[in-house]
Amino acid sequence: MNTHLTEDDLVLHYYGEMSDADEARAVGHLSACTDCHAGYRRLQRVLAVVDEAAAAAPELPVHFERTVWARLEPELRRDKSPWLKWLVLSPSRLAWAAAVIVLVAAAFYAGRLSPRPADAPAQASAAPGVVRERILLMDLGDHLERSQMVLVGIVTADGDTAFDASMERAEAEQLVFANRLYRQTAVSTGDRTIAALLDELERVLVDVAASPERLSAERLAEVQRRIDSQGLLFKVRVLSSELRERQKTAFRERAGQSGRASL
Amino acid sequence: MPQTDAATVALARDGDSEAFRALVERHGRAVFRLAHRMTGNAQDAEDVVQETFLKAYKQLGRFESRANFGTWLHRIAVNCSIDLIRSRPHRESGHDADDLEHFGAVSEVHESGQKTPERLMLSTEVYERVTSAMGGLSQMERAAFVLRHFEGQSIDDISRSLGLKVNATKHSIFRAVRKMRTALEPFVAADERG
Repeated sequence: MNTHLTEDDLVLHYYGEMSDADEARAVGHLSACTDCHAGYRRLQRVLAVVDEAAAAAPELPVHFERTVWARLEPELRRDKSPWLKWLVLSPSRLAWAAAVIVLVAAAFYAGRLSPRPADAPAQASAAPGVVRERILLMDLGDHLERSQMVLVGIVTADGDTAFDASMERAEAEQLVFANRLYRQTAVSTGDRTIAALLDELERVLVDVAASPERLSAERLAEVQRRIDSQGLLFKVRVLSSELRERQKTAFRERAGQSGRASL
Repeated sequence: MPQTDAATVALARDGDSEAFRALVERHGRAVFRLAHRMTGNAQDAEDVVQETFLKAYKQLGRFESRANFGTWLHRIAVNCSIDLIRSRPHRESGHDADDLEHFGAVSEVHESGQKTPERLMLSTEVYERVTSAMGGLSQMERAAFVLRHFEGQSIDDISRSLGLKVNATKHSIFRAVRKMRTALEPFVAADERG
């Protein structure tokens, strides 16, 4: 093989992905051509560094497994009641279920009242997208209110003695699963601000859910610092109040449409 | 004495949640590492860990007790990572070769001026270099490269997993290796000179 090996040939040779005939030619050429041999050595060294890095990956925190389990366990419990899991705490499914109900109801009323064209706008106001938006706002708003109560419980706890965090822990366990769904929904809809906040919140909720029922003064201080350092409580309050405003606006718009429709 | 995976799986299959927890504790880190390599993002990797164990839990009944649980779980984790990568909008740009060359060139000057070869070989620094170079790969390049380089899958298998043509898979791997070389060769060369 007189022609030099390309970079891509060297990669295929390195990974043993050449056909037998090409492989034999490559081996022959590499033993005869110092340039290609040097190129192949450089490739080997770079990929050896990649392997070295894999071995040097930083260790995960000691409580990694506990955290994974705290996220996982509520979902496994839900998995045991399959008909319930379809609906439980999933904003998108709740929204679709509500949309279906609204559409059925709308179809029912449309059937009964179809000779009256003035009712058309009222039906339009109950379109699935609008309903979904309203349910999401309400749902996420409730979720943030409940999360706030957990955070407030932790932040205001007296740090002089061990703290009985059983209530906060139980509540956090329930909230972790829903939070993850809301975060994934926010990621998929491209709402980065909400997704980032829910990510921060999830880490604290998981931390609380994975904690023992009685928090030592040191552990309590650690969780409190974590909440404080991220300004988490403040951010949750701000988002919660924004959502309430959006809910009110959506409600007013709907009321306006209904009012116009009834004229 | 700790139970074997097969015995623990049998208990978990009978509804023993503590047994399943033991499996999570035994294999969670390996799943996270794989997911992190595939996705390049800790948050995504955490989601993959979650999905992997949920799927495993639901499919425990289908697990062949003679098979290796770790290998079976590993396959689920690869599929979950691929599902997640596919579900996200494509980030095909990554860094272009010029950016990486710049990164490499700047680093070379910096290293040769200030650091000893011993310092260069510090594993954390190597890790940071490689992580930064991997950050320059697009999602598909990264997935194809990880499956070929770390997981040892053949290009044909990777093509099937990623739903790409064989040639497209090859080119993803070629581009990934080219970017890694551009970013890391100056570092390797400086290390050798040192």
